[in-house]
Amino acid sequence: MFILVKMKDTVRTPPRLFHLDTMDAIREALNKKFANKVVYKVGLCIALWDVEKVEDSYIFPGDGATHTIVHFRYVVFRPFVDEILVGRIKSSSKDGVYVTMGFFDDILIPADSLQHPSKFNEQEQLWSWEYEAQEEGKVDLPMEIGGDIRFRIVDETFVDTTPSSPEENKPMAPPATTPAGSSLTMSDPGSKKAPYTLTGSISEMGLGMLSWWNAG
Amino acid sequence: MEVESENHGMLSNFEVLGLLKDIQAGRGQKKPNKYQTNLATITYETIKCLENWPCAHHSSDGITSAMKALTPFKLTPAEKLQLINLCPSTAVEIQLIVEESEERLTETQIEALLDLLATNLPGPEAEREQEEGAEEDEEMEEEQG
Repeated sequence: MFILVKMKDTVRTPPRLFHLDTMDAIREALNKKFANKVVYKVGLCIALWDVEKVEDSYIFPGDGATHTIVHFRYVVFRPFVDEILVGRIKSSSKDGVYVTMGFFDDILIPADSLQHPSKFNEQEQLWSWEYEAQEEGKVDLPMEIGGDIRFRIVDETFVDTTPSSPEENKPMAPPATTPAGSSLTMSDPGSKKAPYTLTGSISEMGLGMLSWWNAG
Repeated sequence: MEVESENHGMLSNFEVLGLLKDIQAGRGQKKPNKYQTNLATITYETIKCLENWPCAHHSSDGITSAMKALTPFKLTPAEKLQLINLCPSTAVEIQLIVEESEERLTETQIEALLDLLATNLPGPEAEREQEEGAEEDEEMEEEQG
């Protein structure tokens, strides 16, 4: 579910932070830049794991700040396809069931990936699984909002939400031409288009509401 | 920014929870200050979420011994990670996590898997029993304070 991603970035330390320990200033800058952001084709960044290597700092004409190339590792939320996760139902609509992990909300279990046969109750706006028990006949198992749900990741989608699409694997521009704090490949998770969405499925034995499988 | 290695390694929920708790307490890394609202938000939300999962009750010794005990089952690293993260307690959960489990594992092996997970990574119930005495003492102190 969580992975370590090795990254390299140029950190600009403005003079007002010179009183801090260099490493502290770098850690702060990296956490400020990446924490709670989705990086395109990487995942949702959580927190800095460690700084592996710090290269020499440079000062450029006309700018009092130091520019340092830093190699670091970051903790990123990116479940792999086929991973089993446990989340909570946020809402449901005709399209399917929306699931939240608490810190990550853009997970959809589409209607055709629910347990078979499932039906949507228009009045209550809830999905339920019409389980056919051998003795009791049909049993309606509702999927209530706020309930814990176990699901399998079947697909992930990254949407490039930046105004201009950056070319992939673009070589890094020299630090002088890269304005510090530029966020070319990242965007806020709260923006209109979700930059990173996961698609789940519960059409398997053992998947679905935790309460369905625990009782037996 | 440049990504050097997209998947450098997988982390267990336990490790992430440990790191985030350290950040919140200001150990190793500095506490998020008032300019780092993003870090503060994600740390808070993730901890809140992880604390409800089995990893909140794990210990690093327990995970090490569980990993050692999992070796003879010939599972992939991803499968082992999920077993540790989710701590399944029923056979049907094992079948979900382990691909083609019918061919790769016998019924006795699944039983053994569930047993070793239960012993090495105790759930909240077992822990509560052990700590019941200690917690009561703490509560008493809090009341007095």
